Amino acid sequence: MNRSGDLIWTDDPPFSQNAKQAVHNSQLRRNVRNATATIRQRRAGLVAETPDWQELRHAGAAIKDDVLHHLDTYLTEFEQNATANGAHVHWAHDATQATAIVADLIKETGNTEVIKVKSMATQEIGLVEALKHQGITAHETDLAELIIQLSHDKPSHIVVPALHRNRAEIRRIFLDHMPDAPQDLTDDPHALAEAARLHLRRLFLKTKTAISGANFAIAETGGLLVAESEGNGRMCLTLPDTLISVVGIEKLIPTFKDLEVFLQLLPRSATGERMNPYNSIWTGVTENDGPQSVHIVLLDNGRTNALKDGTGRQALRCIRCAACLNVCPVYERTGGHAYGATYPGPIGAILTPLMVGVEHAPQLPFASSLCGACYEVCPVEIDIPTVLVKLRHDAVKAKPHKTEDATFAAAARAMSGRRRWTAALKAAKAMRLIRHSAPPPLSRWTRTRDLPAPPTEPFREWWKKRDR
Amino acid sequence: MSARDDILAKVKAAIADAEQEKPIPREYRTTTTDGLDTFLDRLAHYDATTHVVEPAELEGVVRAALGNRRRIIVPEAWMTAVEEPLTDDPPLTHDQIDQSQGVLTTCALAIAQTGTIILDGGPGMGRRALTLLPDYHLCVVKHDQIVASVPEAIAKLQTNPTRPITFISGPSATVDIEMTRVRGVHGPRNLEVIITT
Repeated sequence: MNRSGDLIWTDDPPFSQNAKQAVHNSQLRRNVRNATATIRQRRAGLVAETPDWQELRHAGAAIKDDVLHHLDTYLTEFEQNATANGAHVHWAHDATQATAIVADLIKETGNTEVIKVKSMATQEIGLVEALKHQGITAHETDLAELIIQLSHDKPSHIVVPALHRNRAEIRRIFLDHMPDAPQDLTDDPHALAEAARLHLRRLFLKTKTAISGANFAIAETGGLLVAESEGNGRMCLTLPDTLISVVGIEKLIPTFKDLEVFLQLLPRSATGERMNPYNSIWTGVTENDGPQSVHIVLLDNGRTNALKDGTGRQALRCIRCAACLNVCPVYERTGGHAYGATYPGPIGAILTPLMVGVEHAPQLPFASSLCGACYEVCPVEIDIPTVLVKLRHDAVKAKPHKTEDATFAAAARAMSGRRRWTAALKAAKAMRLIRHSAPPPLSRWTRTRDLPAPPTEPFREWWKKRDR
Repeated sequence: MSARDDILAKVKAAIADAEQEKPIPREYRTTTTDGLDTFLDRLAHYDATTHVVEPAELEGVVRAALGNRRRIIVPEAWMTAVEEPLTDDPPLTHDQIDQSQGVLTTCALAIAQTGTIILDGGPGMGRRALTLLPDYHLCVVKHDQIVASVPEAIAKLQTNPTRPITFISGPSATVDIEMTRVRGVHGPRNLEVIITT
């Protein structure tokens, strides 16, 4: 399939190589460990006080499965209701088409500067870069995305994108890249937030066009919901004249009532709160309140590909809470950049290959110890380990591993006859010498594993002796 | 074929093998025991200032809370406690709202469990920009507007689900810097809530 946008940053992202480098970066590891441990603890505490947490998860998973299994019906229902309320609904195959639609809509307004709310969908399609090529500057307004944008970096986490940066680094970034930052800026988080506040306030008051994503799209009403903490979302959704929202087709929920489930699952899972500071729900255009020109771009970009996979389609239940990232022992040690894709961590390891095709991201399903912690914390019960194993199978089929295949073929031959097997067992005694460090290429395997010690004599010989 | 038709066709083909209808299990709680005490507790946790007053005391408490602030926005002049309020009629510009010293509103309802106040543009709430730009938001909640849980709030909102709805759970905050909760990025940094019994 054609790759467009930023779902993966290179073909076949070399996770094992990236991870090797990342684990040596102790500053990164410290930042990631502290941040993920904090949210993990908060989440755990809130889950413990919620006696119907498992029931909420069951409902969340079932509602999302219902959406996926009837996605065409819900999509047309959403389009109908959104349009009836004054929104313009557009459809985009992929990143190229989506960015073109957004660019054209902005050009129609005559604006060359726009403000945007953090949105994984816009990240995935490389929207900011694409707009830049068309002479449109899209200013990120989330504090973390602002930090990323100013430092020409890439996000490393779905919910807390700049978690790989500590306060000293953020101070440096502001001083180096924010022209109106005070020269005596300290690294106190409050001071840093205030600097961002003043910098962005000017933009909010004068910019006429905004771009957002959406956490949920409600089929029954045609409405969209954006969940946030800082208030920049509300600024972008309320103050401009034109609002363009890019929404993945899997973001639908069937009815307004279903919000009662997701508004309990999402804040606890994402930021360890009972409720995040602001949720905004808007349906098309409301006279005298907010943008009077409202557009929604429904995005495929590989989702229909993922939808085809009977085992893997559950990955599309994802509500982008990042609880799986926060609990993953691999992510904790490598950070997000090592995955080389917009969606890192456990969900990224399955969603990315499902969307771009496993042959374009064959290492990602192996970026896991299969411990299953992600499955336990997923608010919509995505069985990530099962999908990982299935994708590993697919990856191997797509790119057969010659040495591995030859080894197993040899083992099959050795086991296929008694004499052959006895001879093989005698040879196995020699393996004791290479248990801990074999010569290359076997060394790649033994460097991180210990072979079990073969016994001093094979069982059948011991048995023979015993018989006498 | 338009992108729309093409995407819908792909979706249909992709789910052709999907399982049959499965009923959605809704065994989660539809209410909790959270009441006024929990509501106040949550608001305190968010650093919002709270008062619980008799209706007769409301005006006095509002005046005291507003203190020396002038240029207070009061949508539709729903309350007379404020002298010379900014009523947004004719509509205020963004700069005018920005330069106000606060906004005084009612609410649509509130959720005790999460310490949430919900605005939906109804009487006394005004359009969304009015409660977004000022740095100080004083909100009057009637005791019987407080529901215990999120499901109850959603049920109440279902009568008018297409209104512009805003859930406010504490003043604006960020945890983007080392997971330290910093209050007040955008949106009112000071939230004060008066509950009338």
